[in-house]
Amino acid sequence: MPAEIYLNVAISGILTGLVYGLMALGLSVIFGVIRIVNFAHGEMMTIGMYIAIVIFSAFKLDPLVMMVPIAAVLFVFGYALQASLINPFINRPEHSQFMLLVAIALIMVNVLLIIFGPDAKNVQTSYAFDSFLVGPLIVDATKVYAGGAAVLVSAILFAFFRFTYIGQAIRACADNYVGALVVGLDVKRLYALTFGIGAACVGAAGAMLVLIIDVTPALGPAYTLLAFIIVITGGLGSMPGALLGGILIGFTEAMAGLLFTPSAKSMFAFALLVLVLLFRPQGIMGKRTT
Amino acid sequence: MTKTTRTDLARKGPRVTRRAFTAGAGATALLAGTAPFNIIQAQGAALKVGVLLPRSGAQAGIGQDCQRGVQVAAGILKDLGLPNLQIMNADTETNVEVARAQAEKLINEGAQLLIGAFDSGQSTAIAQVAEQKGIPYVINIAAAPPITEQGYKFVFRNFPVAGTILADAFANQKEIFAATGSAPKSVAFLHCNDTFGTAMKNGIGAVMPKFDMPYKIAETISYDPTARDLSVEIAKAKATGADALLVVSRLNDAILLTRELVKQRWSPMAILSMGPGWYEDQYLKTLGKLGDGPLSFVPWYDPNKKLSKQLEAAVAKAFPGINVNTNHVYTFEALLVAADAYKRAGSTNPTALADAIRKTDIKDNVSTGPGIQFNAKGQNDKLRNSAIQNRGGKLVTVAPKEASNAKVEWPMKPYDKRG
Repeated sequence: MPAEIYLNVAISGILTGLVYGLMALGLSVIFGVIRIVNFAHGEMMTIGMYIAIVIFSAFKLDPLVMMVPIAAVLFVFGYALQASLINPFINRPEHSQFMLLVAIALIMVNVLLIIFGPDAKNVQTSYAFDSFLVGPLIVDATKVYAGGAAVLVSAILFAFFRFTYIGQAIRACADNYVGALVVGLDVKRLYALTFGIGAACVGAAGAMLVLIIDVTPALGPAYTLLAFIIVITGGLGSMPGALLGGILIGFTEAMAGLLFTPSAKSMFAFALLVLVLLFRPQGIMGKRTT
Repeated sequence: MTKTTRTDLARKGPRVTRRAFTAGAGATALLAGTAPFNIIQAQGAALKVGVLLPRSGAQAGIGQDCQRGVQVAAGILKDLGLPNLQIMNADTETNVEVARAQAEKLINEGAQLLIGAFDSGQSTAIAQVAEQKGIPYVINIAAAPPITEQGYKFVFRNFPVAGTILADAFANQKEIFAATGSAPKSVAFLHCNDTFGTAMKNGIGAVMPKFDMPYKIAETISYDPTARDLSVEIAKAKATGADALLVVSRLNDAILLTRELVKQRWSPMAILSMGPGWYEDQYLKTLGKLGDGPLSFVPWYDPNKKLSKQLEAAVAKAFPGINVNTNHVYTFEALLVAADAYKRAGSTNPTALADAIRKTDIKDNVSTGPGIQFNAKGQNDKLRNSAIQNRGGKLVTVAPKEASNAKVEWPMKPYDKRG
């Protein structure tokens, strides 16, 4: 097999992994702060994808351009969801939270099925079939744009949590719930804000992924699972870990497909997860809890 | 308080005596004996047909496409002078157990004949229920041979089995190679790794040597049909240096594979598909000019038949922009078989209906082949497959010659020269 194929496949896997990482980042943010596992994460991403499709169909606006408005819509959706439905479940047993979010996910899937039907939908941008020829390498243009956008959004998110007052307040809630209450932070509102940010991340990821894959209402659960694999590999609650986990999973899947058989791509992703759970249960960049 | 006496009753009107009651009961019994309960319907009464399709779940798109065949059937059957069918719809949810439960439910609700269910697993479950309950079942689409190898008396299939599909596919390929005077020397074989894809892969391995094909399989690459990205698969196939692609896929993966072919700047001489995906409307709509060229070797219809033109017109009117395809053809023909049998049986008696289906001899049909007849096992073994090619968003039949309406475009136009 020509040597450039290995490099081609590796680059493709890393670029796809970056978008996966952004999607998983939302899940990690939500869990890291609210300690609720969002079982409707993939479904929220499909909502973002469908919004991108509707906007593209109506106004021919590129999903990458519409990434910010789509993230804003998902932010409002996530904020409202947390403030209205999820907040009352914060102190309830985990199985109650689990059932609530699974129910929300099921409702989302079926509402999307009613509105958009079961057929796969996509957007056809002018660059949908473009690729860059770099010497012997052929790099998918769409993946380059989507991967670049994922890096940009992640950088903005990191800056938000590090340098803004609200970002620091959210981190304070994550570090010490009681302490945050004692110093007078409006924790419920910050939780809603956090869920909104997580939803915005996944909405932005949806706007990028719709360039790479077709969307169906049934797509959500597979991506919820993928997000879990990524965040557990990278470290649950760790934002850099989520991004790294995404890259690792994307790269592993691509190389496993090339070196072994494409049928075994998912198997290798799960094998990586098992290895991490065995030798570093807190994830690659996660903090060990006592 | 007043007391009613026998004399009072006699004054009010005629009385039912014991003798009169016995005579009435006897007459009723006599009538019942000549007219079995719930079997013979008044002339013109509709036959209740339960249509089981995967309307939700993974096969929802295909199930809903099959439903189009149901929706256009009423008008055509009426034109043919066949009796009305009362359609009872049910969703199998792309699930074998749900298919079984829905078949039982339909029968309990009065379905007198069942059709469906696109998928071999679901059809097998329905066949078991139909046979147990003694209700005729006409399979629209399902290729697994064992369904009609069980000795069932109420199960009929107007769809070719996997072996026939493969044999005809290779025969049609050879016809095309002979007509064009050109053939690939090697192919990369890409197949999805679900039940269908794996069965086809095994079948191809068994059948291909019998046909002395001009090409060798350079590499067999299996993949998950729900995969999000098929760039690795195409990179591997391209690296083999094969002249053409041999594929067994579904819809979404067919679209993904085509996209990757374009992005990775590889235009094989031909794409030879042995399954669904590459000819479906969504494939054509999604890819536009890039969707032109693939050849699909599938159970199809003869575009030159009179009833085919009628079906094409009905589908075009009811669903503008939708091409007639396998799903419409075989679902429609299942209803055609039902209506034809009901007309000849003149009864909704399940045994009479099953006997009538067994004696079916429809020459004026749609599918490729001499017509619809069933052998002793309930299988229409006279069906033939076609080779179809995507051309300008439409589908043309290029083989076999006797059922074709266009000449093949060969080799496939390179993707970078399509404007």
